[in-house]
Amino acid sequence: MAQSAVPATGTSGITPISAKALAPWAVFFGILMLVLLYFVGAEQGATALISGEGVHEWVHDGRHLLGFPCH
Amino acid sequence: MNSISVRALLVRGMLAGLIAGALALAVAYFLGESQVDAAIALEEAHSHDHGGGEELVSRTMQATGGLATGVLVFGVAAGGIAALVSCYALGRIGDFGPRATASLIAGAALLTVYVVPFLKYPANPPAVGNPDTIGKRTALFFLMVALSVLLAVAAVIIGKRLAPRLGNWNASIAAAAGFILLIGLAYAFLPSFDEVGKGFPAGLLWEFRLSTLAVQATLWSTFGIVFGYLTERLLTPGAPAATTRTASAVG
Repeated sequence: MAQSAVPATGTSGITPISAKALAPWAVFFGILMLVLLYFVGAEQGATALISGEGVHEWVHDGRHLLGFPCH
Repeated sequence: MNSISVRALLVRGMLAGLIAGALALAVAYFLGESQVDAAIALEEAHSHDHGGGEELVSRTMQATGGLATGVLVFGVAAGGIAALVSCYALGRIGDFGPRATASLIAGAALLTVYVVPFLKYPANPPAVGNPDTIGKRTALFFLMVALSVLLAVAAVIIGKRLAPRLGNWNASIAAAAGFILLIGLAYAFLPSFDEVGKGFPAGLLWEFRLSTLAVQATLWSTFGIVFGYLTERLLTPGAPAATTRTASAVG
């Protein structure tokens, strides 16, 4: 509440979420989302957790058109 | 007075990301696929190491189910991360309501996660790029994304610190100028790759790169609009009865 950066007269009237309340969500879901992005963007390209070419070939067009380096 | 639920914002961010991904998928399919096909045709005309009957995934599946998987998963994941960022930004970055905050975050994401890295390491169609350098190119691309995001966060923090002394306008200019200067230095000192084959048509390369930009621009602008709409309904007291109803409808 004691955030001086929030103007009392503002039309938004939004109280910021405390960093403490946000941290567990940010860590868990942040990592989960980054893992998803890794599988779309880089798995079986520069590095591979799963052997073979299946993941790379399946997301091949998406990887190119989303702008990731593909091969 | 409005305590924001992280869960409610996260669910809305991923939903907005899914919708944004669907529109981006349409752009990728109708605008980009013909260029991917043209590039693959050129690749196969020159060498035959990709051809033959031993394809793991058929071209048809790559261009439909595969493309959809890639773009939709990207949309949901990017939407989730953007929602977490907006959880922190709401009420902190200034006197912006939920819609303005969503637009600012979407615009910043397009710029820092895509446009800035793209100007140094642009997207390449099939047949362009040396397979031997994929490790280095991937590492440098993600380094450029990380650098761009971190410098943008630093620019926002510094801009806010300078604002009381310089005023909002001049503080924003100073922060943006610092960001551009440091990104320019990174452009100048990080290694570049010129791996476009001599025979590869310049027009096709340009069109492919524009298509990837269109895909990302569609994704982030849709995300900004949809997420802004959903969070406005959730958080604005002026919208009567929206809070509980959307929460039960979406969550």
